Amino acid sequence: MSLLDKLDTPFFREVGEIARFTGRFFREVTKPKQEWEEFVNQSYHIGYKTFTLVGITAFIMGLVLTIQSRPTLVEFGADALLPSMVSVSLVREIAPVITALICAGKIGSGIGAELGSMRVTEQIDAMEVSGTNPFKYLVVTRVLASTVMVPILSSLAIAISLYGGYLGANLKGDVSWSLYWYQAYKALIYGDFVPAMVKTIFFGFAIGIVGCYKGYNSQKGTEGVGRSATTAVIVASLLVFILDLIAVQVADVLGLT
Amino acid sequence: MIKDKAIIEVDRLNKSFGQNHVLRDFSLQLSEGENLVILGKSGSGKSVLIKCIIRLIEPDSGTISILDQDISLLDQDEMDLLRADVGFLFQSNALYDSMTIRQNLEFPLRRHWTKEERELKAESAVKEALEDVGLLHTIDMMPAELSGGMRKRIALARTIILKPKVILYDEPTTGLDPITGREISELMNRIQEKYNTASIIISHDMNCIRMTANRIIMLIEGKNYAEGTFENLIKNQDPKVGDFFEGL
Repeated sequence: MSLLDKLDTPFFREVGEIARFTGRFFREVTKPKQEWEEFVNQSYHIGYKTFTLVGITAFIMGLVLTIQSRPTLVEFGADALLPSMVSVSLVREIAPVITALICAGKIGSGIGAELGSMRVTEQIDAMEVSGTNPFKYLVVTRVLASTVMVPILSSLAIAISLYGGYLGANLKGDVSWSLYWYQAYKALIYGDFVPAMVKTIFFGFAIGIVGCYKGYNSQKGTEGVGRSATTAVIVASLLVFILDLIAVQVADVLGLT
Repeated sequence: MIKDKAIIEVDRLNKSFGQNHVLRDFSLQLSEGENLVILGKSGSGKSVLIKCIIRLIEPDSGTISILDQDISLLDQDEMDLLRADVGFLFQSNALYDSMTIRQNLEFPLRRHWTKEERELKAESAVKEALEDVGLLHTIDMMPAELSGGMRKRIALARTIILKPKVILYDEPTTGLDPITGREISELMNRIQEKYNTASIIISHDMNCIRMTANRIIMLIEGKNYAEGTFENLIKNQDPKVGDFFEGL
């Protein structure tokens, strides 16, 4: 059995199909006449309508992280380092990854279910027969919107989680507003922000492309729509972790850690 | 009025799905102004045939010409432009459920009309199409607010908004009660008279076929098994043909 035969499994076929779908995305995105109106519409849906969920989660995340870290730091007499530790953890890892996971759940499943439902009710075919390129109208706009909005949501999540951290630091301790922010910012360097922001672009792209792929290729009626939404979340969440792992390694190689 | 000039020509079309060979050297010609019904059992390949014609499905072999253009030779942009002349009414209606009726009808215009044309004429075109199907009052409603028959009419309005030369109907009366089915069939005839369209109608609703067909092709085992008018076929002695007309 040759190597190619061994690779001919459902998993690798799926990987190949996603790669082909991604390739088509890059071909379509470089062709003129983009659907900017739909892109703005999708950015509103993906960004604005996810903001509340991301904001609440980020606030609780910052609060809980601070409350749970404090006793250990106090034990070592290092409670003065609490704002620094919280800010570095949130900026470098926790806020971007948690935001991406929330987006994988909300945006990934939303796109998967919406496009899946459009596929099984022939709405995508109807677009095609009306002369509109459904890939450009539905897929390119959603992937671009997700790629743009996830980093923005992630930045907002960082800011909100730091506010949560301030509240957490003051629940059992006493840190002034200015001291907290001074220490939080002082601990951060260029190498904390840039890799975190760059990886969120990839997170957003992965969430968008997986959601669209699963929905666009949905089959088998309503059962297929449900499966598209579920697998979009699972695959996108897994990809977020894999991309995070790669981002950490790349940042390390580039000396940004 | 039917003219001799062929508007669609399908020549020796073949299409398989795995081991299932649904179309076998199937050929047809549709003349200007003609209503051609394709009659066959469920799963006999009728919908596959019209989806091949509009190039939603690629055939394995054979040629399809629409308005003297071989569609296999057209690139995507050329095919999209040709699609302005070919309307398609889906069995499921395929209305965009997140859009209002107005937006549903305006959607096909965005590809075929310039922004200026849309600003000037879209509103009147939408209203004219809705008046044709008798549902002008639904213009700002959502598809979910409409009954099955109304959705079918709206889908037909969206199909005719670009004033196509040919309309492909995929089981236009399936799932409707007999009265609504008859209304849809009458509407199809009125649309044909007004716009002088040619039509390919996929159906096994005998009332609809009787009311609309100028000619019928029986698609059996992937082939053009029998052909003729409703009156001719109803007298046909072949049992495979007779099964369809039993009791009429």
